[in-house]
Amino acid sequence: MMTTLVAARISVSPGRVGAVINRNVGALRSGPSYWVVLISGFFEPLLYLLSIGVGVGALVGDLTFDGQTMSYAAFVAPAMLAVSAMSGALAETTFNFFFKLKYMKTFEAVLATPVRPFEIAVGELVWAVIRGSLYTAIFLGFMVAMGLTTVAGALAAFPATVLVGLAFGAVGMWVSTLMRGWQDFDLLGTGQFALFLFSGTFSPVQNYPVGVEILIQLTPLYHAVELVRALCTGIVGPGILVNIAYLAVMGVGGLWLASRRVEKMLCL
Amino acid sequence: MTTETTTVRGAGDPRPLRPVVAVVERYLTLYRRLWQASVFSSFILPILFLVSIGIGVGGYVGSIEGVDYLSWIVPGVLVSTAFQICVGESTYPVLGDFKWVRAYHAMRAAPVQPKDIVHGHLLYMIFRVQLSIVAFLLVVVFFGGLHSPWALATLPICALLTAAVVTPVTAFAATIESDSYFALLFRFVVIPATLFSGVFFPVEQLPVAIRPVAYASPVWHAVELSRAATLGRAPSWPIVVHIGYLLLWAVVGLLAARRAFARRLED
Amino acid sequence: MADQSLISARGLVKRFGDFTAVDGIDLEVAPGEAFGFLGPNGAGKSSTMRMIGCVSTPTAGELRILGMDPVRDGTRIRARLGVCPQLDNLDPDLSVRENLTTYARYFGVSRAEARRRADELLEFVQLSDRANGKVEPLSGGMKRRLTIARAMVNEPDLVLLDEPTTGLDPQARHLVWERLFRLKQRGTTLVLTTHYMDEAEQLCDRLVVMDGGKIVAEGSPRALIENYSTAEVVELRFADGLDSNAQYAAKLDGIGERVDPLPDRVLLYADDGDAAVAEVHRRGLSPASVLVRRSTLEDVFLHLTGRTLVD
Ligand SMILES: Nc1ncnc2c1ncn2[C@@H]1O[C@H](COP(=O)(O)OP(=O)(O)OP(=O)(O)O)[C@@H](O)[C@H]1O
Ligand SMILES: [Mg+2]
Repeated sequence: MMTTLVAARISVSPGRVGAVINRNVGALRSGPSYWVVLISGFFEPLLYLLSIGVGVGALVGDLTFDGQTMSYAAFVAPAMLAVSAMSGALAETTFNFFFKLKYMKTFEAVLATPVRPFEIAVGELVWAVIRGSLYTAIFLGFMVAMGLTTVAGALAAFPATVLVGLAFGAVGMWVSTLMRGWQDFDLLGTGQFALFLFSGTFSPVQNYPVGVEILIQLTPLYHAVELVRALCTGIVGPGILVNIAYLAVMGVGGLWLASRRVEKMLCL
Repeated sequence: MTTETTTVRGAGDPRPLRPVVAVVERYLTLYRRLWQASVFSSFILPILFLVSIGIGVGGYVGSIEGVDYLSWIVPGVLVSTAFQICVGESTYPVLGDFKWVRAYHAMRAAPVQPKDIVHGHLLYMIFRVQLSIVAFLLVVVFFGGLHSPWALATLPICALLTAAVVTPVTAFAATIESDSYFALLFRFVVIPATLFSGVFFPVEQLPVAIRPVAYASPVWHAVELSRAATLGRAPSWPIVVHIGYLLLWAVVGLLAARRAFARRLED
Repeated sequence: MADQSLISARGLVKRFGDFTAVDGIDLEVAPGEAFGFLGPNGAGKSSTMRMIGCVSTPTAGELRILGMDPVRDGTRIRARLGVCPQLDNLDPDLSVRENLTTYARYFGVSRAEARRRADELLEFVQLSDRANGKVEPLSGGMKRRLTIARAMVNEPDLVLLDEPTTGLDPQARHLVWERLFRLKQRGTTLVLTTHYMDEAEQLCDRLVVMDGGKIVAEGSPRALIENYSTAEVVELRFADGLDSNAQYAAKLDGIGERVDPLPDRVLLYADDGDAAVAEVHRRGLSPASVLVRRSTLEDVFLHLTGRTLVD
């Protein structure tokens, strides 16, 4: 029993994963509003960048970070980029995934076909990352246009945002399999917002008391922000290896746990 | 067989009805169940926000218009919190009561009129928002974020804002069929209104072309009034203009909401 | 007559845009009566019920409920109605009891009285043990009973039930029927819609058959069967059935009062079923199966509309 489960999990058919993704593409055609919602996902982080980065940035002036002086907007922009990658992926793998899992019974129907739980998880994740990457690509375009990073910085940062999307998407998917109901999403949303506020997004974490700083360094968005900011600003140190490892573990672990949960919930 | 078919039996007498009160009671019964969940969104998050931006970023800003940045954004965060609660409670829950729960249809089948539902919801929302504002003010006092006893005036200001926001948003929610329009409402209206209505930086910093949009937002008027109150000074425009503008939204919104509810529950 | 009626309709019409859902119907429902609307999907039953419930305005025609005009006195009328809509609209975030007490408050019932009635009604629909539980985990039949209890919370003069038992298993249906029967015995006027002949026969003193927005027949279940059918019906199935049923029907012509070929069987309407079967064999036909049964409302409906009622 155990070996067949493991074997089933390892043999992934790209065709079947593609079919899972294709279903999501099909859902896109369901209505014009979904299109607009999907496409305009980059809008929120951009607004934050303009409001806090530029608006409040005018009050702040310049800021010294890692020994280099930069405008406040240039400091905030990479963080908004990382947030964008996170929330783009999470939007698919939490709310939409939960809805499909619990209410639309989409996966129950899919699992009646040769498609396996792990393939569903991979398919959903890839789709989520495609969605998130769409936002980060547009956002990077704005950053270059506003002079907040260089073209080289943008090219280096893009793959990093894909990794961020994979990491958060996978963990988000696992978390949604543990959700009891919609009210749990309030908690998730609160957690996401707290990360958004305190992961070195709006001010360097070094400003916090040491205890808080260490605590923040344990949380995921901090690593995403650090990595993306390093690549956007060009201030790259060996620390980014830790960031990359952290995010990679999130991605692999989340995916594994998520598919195990889907299997438990739907195949037994 | 009798001819007395129109005699009132039991509690059928429609006169002593207080349907609005009954509608408010339903919301309060629900709230008693769900208030714990709302503590996060309507209380803890705003405080975290204040800490991150007010203190974290505020350290770099120094002072603005003669006060520290934290004191300056306290009224802004206060109003934007009220605003978020209003929009949150007037979108998905309202559409849900039309579409999925069909609670409004159930009320409609009883002697409750569409306008009673609109009024009941509005009264409940005012209560909800006042509760959050009181809690917020209590915490902010300890941060030293209030500079005048006039800060208490933020309560009626937020009540007025509630009426100005809840009514048009419920009208919108009563008109649409799909909840994905809410995502658009949040993205293109609510978040911009929060970020560019003088909550975090003076609207004078906005490009001249965009400024009128901020002036058009009820949030800006409520922020101006509240900031004047907590800092104990005069608002940028005459008080009557701010209040009159918010009242305009409330009245037009109320008419729109009553119309939208009557339409949707009719067919 | 009209001033005695709880419901009185003349030429009642409901249109949605260009589409006519209810097409000029006449109705009288007397106090204490159990009155039914029988008809297939889309017949206009719910549209009629919603007009009677004063939540939908008639497009044309005359309608008086409890002697009042639904457009002008809608609120006063609704105060005396109990409504169980086709789709349950219970409040999932409230407990079972709170669903009743909250609803009672809409009618201006005092809090203490609402509680008393809620407990009494929960007893009546046998949900007392679930009073403090949530609504969501209730079974379909329990939810339906709760909705019926909710419709009683204002002690209505007239109860409207739109498909009270659709989707319930036989046991749950019988429990609902039994409760509705008790209501009827207490003298409550019931108006209900249904797809089920057995339900109509069990509960209704009088019913109308609706099809395409029109009333196609009216009377007591007994009278309808007598007028539109025969005492017995013979169902014949032939081994090579399906395509050839029409040919068999031709060969059966003249037996009983009427022959009706359906895709899967041929129906023979006759007052004496056994005699008809004997005649079938005498003509040299040997059906694969033969069933003689009493006539039901289904046969009435089939005769009136040429279509079956359910599924
Ligand atoms: N609000 C509406 N807008 C447009 N058409 C409607 C509306 N309500 C009902 N209809 C149409 O009117 C017709 C009659 O509907 P109604 O719900 O009254 O049928 P019914 O007899 O109750 O059917 P069922 O047995 O399926 O409940 C249907 O064709 C339906 O599509
Ligand atoms: Mg119906």
